[in-house]
Amino acid sequence: MNRFLWPLIAFIALVVLLAVGLGLNPREVPSPLVGKPAPAFTLPRLDAPAKTFSPQEMLGRVWLLNVWASWCVSCRHEHPVLVDLARQHAVPLVGLNYKEVRGDAAIDADKLSRDEERQQVVERAGAWLARHGNPYTLSVLDIDGRVGIDYGVYGVPETYVIDKAGIIRLKHIGPVTPEIVSGKLLPLIQEISK
Amino acid sequence: MIPEIGNLALILAFCVALAQGFLPLAGAHRGRAAWTAFARPASRALALLVGVAFACLTSAFVDNDFSVLYVAQHSNTLLPLPYRIAAVWGGHEGSLLLWMLMLVVWTLAVAQFSRQLPEPMVARVLGVLGLVSAGFLLFILLTSNPFDRLLPAAEQGRDLNPLLQDPGLILHPPMLYMGYVGFSVAFSFAIAALLSGQLDAAWARWSRPWTTAAWVFLTLGIALGSWWAYYELGWGGWWFWDPVENASFMPWLIGTALVHSLAVTEKRGSFKNWTVLLAISAFSLSLLGTFLVRSGVLTSVHAFATDPRRGIFILLFLGTVIGSSLVLFAWRAPKVGLGGRFALLSRESLLLTNNVLLVVACSSVLLGTLYPLLIDALGLGKLSVGPPYFDAVFVPLMLPALFLIGVAPFANWKHARVDEIVRALRWAFIVAAAVGAAAPLLYGRWKPMVALGLLLAAWIVLSALFSVVRRVGATRGGRSFLATLGQQPRSFVGMHVAHLGVAAFVAGVTVVSGYQAEKDVRMEVGDTVGVGGYSFRFNGVREQQGPNYRALVGDFELIAEGRTVRKLFPEKRFYVSSAMPMTEAAIDSGPLGDVYVSLGEPIDKSRPDAAWAVRVYYKPLVDWIWGGCMIMAIGGIIALSDRRYRVRLRSGSTAPSSAGALARHT
Repeated sequence: MNRFLWPLIAFIALVVLLAVGLGLNPREVPSPLVGKPAPAFTLPRLDAPAKTFSPQEMLGRVWLLNVWASWCVSCRHEHPVLVDLARQHAVPLVGLNYKEVRGDAAIDADKLSRDEERQQVVERAGAWLARHGNPYTLSVLDIDGRVGIDYGVYGVPETYVIDKAGIIRLKHIGPVTPEIVSGKLLPLIQEISK
Repeated sequence: MIPEIGNLALILAFCVALAQGFLPLAGAHRGRAAWTAFARPASRALALLVGVAFACLTSAFVDNDFSVLYVAQHSNTLLPLPYRIAAVWGGHEGSLLLWMLMLVVWTLAVAQFSRQLPEPMVARVLGVLGLVSAGFLLFILLTSNPFDRLLPAAEQGRDLNPLLQDPGLILHPPMLYMGYVGFSVAFSFAIAALLSGQLDAAWARWSRPWTTAAWVFLTLGIALGSWWAYYELGWGGWWFWDPVENASFMPWLIGTALVHSLAVTEKRGSFKNWTVLLAISAFSLSLLGTFLVRSGVLTSVHAFATDPRRGIFILLFLGTVIGSSLVLFAWRAPKVGLGGRFALLSRESLLLTNNVLLVVACSSVLLGTLYPLLIDALGLGKLSVGPPYFDAVFVPLMLPALFLIGVAPFANWKHARVDEIVRALRWAFIVAAAVGAAAPLLYGRWKPMVALGLLLAAWIVLSALFSVVRRVGATRGGRSFLATLGQQPRSFVGMHVAHLGVAAFVAGVTVVSGYQAEKDVRMEVGDTVGVGGYSFRFNGVREQQGPNYRALVGDFELIAEGRTVRKLFPEKRFYVSSAMPMTEAAIDSGPLGDVYVSLGEPIDKSRPDAAWAVRVYYKPLVDWIWGGCMIMAIGGIIALSDRRYRVRLRSGSTAPSSAGALARHT
């Protein structure tokens, strides 16, 4: 065999690797939370700030937790998909409104008192849902983002699938698309709802 | 209207590039002078058209034409003019257009400065460059057209990424691309030589200055990028083994090997196949770097463009260009002779060792860069390869290479003798060892790795001095020392200057990694913190308005030996159009080291006038790292000015006689 062919062979192997690599998503980092119980929290509800919600209430049901905020541009892209999903009544969808005010770069949240911030959160989040439609069974307010830390939120939007035992089965980072709903979320929900 | 002219210019440029690719190559193959003569005018037309396209895009930025999508995404009316111009290459599409502009500049340079070359050779070189241009233009037109319109036009642009709003960005990409793209000339010479079967000393002579020039640009580009990361990212580091950094470093390693290997091919006619393979590899790695950055196949802070269509196109392009060159290599290389023989110990064998070390180092960087992808592709999980791997592999490979820098100039071609080398260099080594052993004590603690690094740096400096002294002594013939020194060939001087740059670089890296100090502290107004013999007094923070941002500016006094040396003003910037706050470190640079202060966050967010988290660094000799790179580049420039390249330009004499003359006195 011609030894001068070796560079070519090595190069072909490299191209195959790169071609395979193109199909992979380097941002898809497996969350350590998958397979673990969903972290507990008790947060005020957007529709009724005097009431609270915690994940224990959903035990025995398969549900989705979707992290959103009105300042998040990708949330606007995925919103119609969620509204569509809600129409199918396949699964309860809980919204986690994440750092509604202090996550917004346009606002200097440090200048607001806690009460002012809370009031603004309710107004802004409510107005946004009124304008774009409300797919959520209910939304909770994570004003300071502490629950987001427990869930390891690093990009909004994020979506979690949580099973009947309260275990996180899937974490999706970034906007959900119709393909992801039909190809990933719904099959998984069907499987674990049995 | 102007963007349409730019678009049209790109389309025409693609047509011209295709013609420049095929006609002269066919002409050279068939021996038709009329076809080969087409190469030069075509390359001029191509340069003109791409220049027009680039000017059109620049003018769209200058005029804030937000009906051009790319402009709307990367500029803003508040953006100062120099950054609006630099924003032309602040994103994917414009970067590619800059790449293309560099390519036609190199092509034009080859067309202008190749009068002494045989016509078929010029035709082949320009033809290969034309094909590469055509591929890139097609890529721009199909997947990354910077002139795409946004209708209706945006009111306001999204602004340039604040990280890139820095003088470093104005220079770093053009330099880097000049280097990347410059290897396309060495590549084209190699392919032309393979096509014609004329793989000889003359070929090595022709490609040498081009390779050195590309290497100089790449060296400067990488150094600028590293310097930019150092002061702009505010992490205090100068190299992170980030995939994109690696993408520029791999062609540099191979390019360095190529520069040395070309020397052997020119002087001794050996290593011909190896040199050709290196020339192909250097450009291939430039293309691979482009692929890695542009396709988003690896995550990295640089991956601002991720689009699978682009990835597939570049991969196809990569496959075609490199694949066909390697096929050509496998077909032609077996017919190439081996060239001059050499003994186990000779300058050839030492340069071969240097080449092997550099290539292995490059392969290990490539492996580290692609390993996460490989593991992911095999479904074995996600991981990342970080600095510990690269340091562990890279440093041991470079240590012998650094040692050989001192030895090789003392080894004779063909056959060298150990006892002669030892006799010539023993004092250099003894003094270097003494320096290495003693110098770390200047910094307090004695550390073995620092001692080793400084030993090698001193060794390179001393052996270079010995080599110059010996050479001047041998060629002096009664004249004064300095006069003789001035008459040494520039390539000889350039080589030693570049090696001195390596020594400065090694000293900088060694000392900064051995003795740098950093502190993260909470500072109230009036507090003082000490680091590395200096202390900083914090005088509070004030607000300041920039053109497109507002900033909180910290006021620090730098105190040494009880006296205020100067004031430092690190900033925390909030750009109007993006959410990310930016840290601007304040650095007091000096030949012996930097002190560096950057603002973290206020301890209590609502009271930015009170206590702050502050990070202070002491970085001894850190500027030697970039200074060393500058000296390396200057060495390259000196070597470029060597008489034999210019003599050939004027006289057009054939290679063998002058090559023989050179071999005698080098």
